Amino acid sequence: MGATTPPPSQGGPAGGGGPIGRGLRLVRFDAAERWVHWLSAALFLVLLATGAMLDVGSLSVLVGRRDLVRQVHVYAGLALVAPLLVALAGRWGAGLRADLARLNRWDGDDRRWLRSWGRDPMLHTGKFNAGQKLNAAFTGGAAIVMLATGVVMAWFAPFPLSWRTGATFVHDLTATALLVTITGHVVYALGDRGAMRAMVRGWVEPGWARRRAPRWYAELTEHEGG
Amino acid sequence: MEPSAAEPSAAEPSHAEPSDAEPSHAEPSDAEPSAAEPRAAAGTPIGRRVVLGMAGAGLAGILWGSRAQRVIGSALSPLSAVDGLGALGFLPAANRFRIYSVVGFLPSVRPVDYRLRLDGLVRQPSELSLADLEAMPAVTVRRDFQCVTGWRVPGVAWKGVLLRQVLERAGVGPGARAVSFGSFDGTYTESLTLDQAYRDDVVVAYQMQGRPLGTEHGGPVRLYVAPMYGYKSCKWLSRIRLVERVEPGYWEQQGYEVDGWVGRSNGRHDTAT
Repeated sequence: MGATTPPPSQGGPAGGGGPIGRGLRLVRFDAAERWVHWLSAALFLVLLATGAMLDVGSLSVLVGRRDLVRQVHVYAGLALVAPLLVALAGRWGAGLRADLARLNRWDGDDRRWLRSWGRDPMLHTGKFNAGQKLNAAFTGGAAIVMLATGVVMAWFAPFPLSWRTGATFVHDLTATALLVTITGHVVYALGDRGAMRAMVRGWVEPGWARRRAPRWYAELTEHEGG
Repeated sequence: MEPSAAEPSAAEPSHAEPSDAEPSHAEPSDAEPSAAEPRAAAGTPIGRRVVLGMAGAGLAGILWGSRAQRVIGSALSPLSAVDGLGALGFLPAANRFRIYSVVGFLPSVRPVDYRLRLDGLVRQPSELSLADLEAMPAVTVRRDFQCVTGWRVPGVAWKGVLLRQVLERAGVGPGARAVSFGSFDGTYTESLTLDQAYRDDVVVAYQMQGRPLGTEHGGPVRLYVAPMYGYKSCKWLSRIRLVERVEPGYWEQQGYEVDGWVGRSNGRHDTAT
């Protein structure tokens, strides 16, 4: 990874990765962001698998070992917040913090994007489109909900019984919603080699940036030209 | 007020950090940082509102979700009666069984190998196979299943033999006042008084919703004590022992009430099943 990973330059311009053969490389996600993404994804898969074993009757019969599965599920759930917190804690999180700020802010362009589902020709999308922003916000909110309800379910003794029932209910609903949105996220990613490479290796080609994130592309090349 | 209060802190890193990481290009122009700031901070902080809104909804769900579940669950209950707990089991809002086991695994015995031992203060200790039970007069009791942790599955049909008839088959010996139950998970135990055991809604069940009782539901044979919380309905039933007085079962040794009537015990106020 190191060879093609340019320095973590969020707002930074093109090309840290060096021109190997053809063309410029634009840094889209730095190493810290990619580590957070893939560690979280791996933990999510563990949670999905162990959660299904605990919750789906027929699967739970197949697997047995409930105690072990339950412990893996609980500790993987607690660990899920760790990559993000560690990345946010230090200097290495600069790119991540900047991207979170971008994901947070919505403007008229995002509303147009939502209305046309990205097809409006007048769109001048920034680094992230409204769908990506929505996905990020939903996933973040859902993670908080899953963590809070999961804690009540795992350590229920001090809480009223009705909280445990409510937490179970919310945990179930949110898990179902997350399964749907993350499946969608994966399907979109598999359909876009450029986006996939951005999260695997960190960079995109200028043509991809011009098509998918023209305002971001303009920001980067402005810097370059100026 | 929430967005504006948090705004400066969110906007800060986006322009401060790149200049940290890339001094070479951020330094040259003085206009650079101030030009970057409005761009990053522009727009409404919808993302944060979505996250906070979901967190708030999640909290509300913990506090009041049990009520929402009751409403949705009872709205769906006509379906679950038809569905036989198949597809609906995957609907998160539907009232459905949650699977518990007090040992680290789900114990499993093939139906043909299943044996139910009857001993203690009986006239004739014996063992019943699943076929023996199926050959006895069958009853079907259709009642709600209420767990002491809050979930409730409405109108579940349990088919089996009245516990009373199983006891009489072995012969209730003099001095027997209570019944103890054992599970082939090797750990779980339960108990009833002899009076409770003679009720018309206490069943040694081998079918649920018209199907053989699955391992996750305590199959091939479990106890179903309709008027009491689920922990009284010993799963994976392997032994029925007549005794002189009630011996508190597994959960009862940890604080659950021995007489676990639904709505009248364990500090709960559920509607009776």
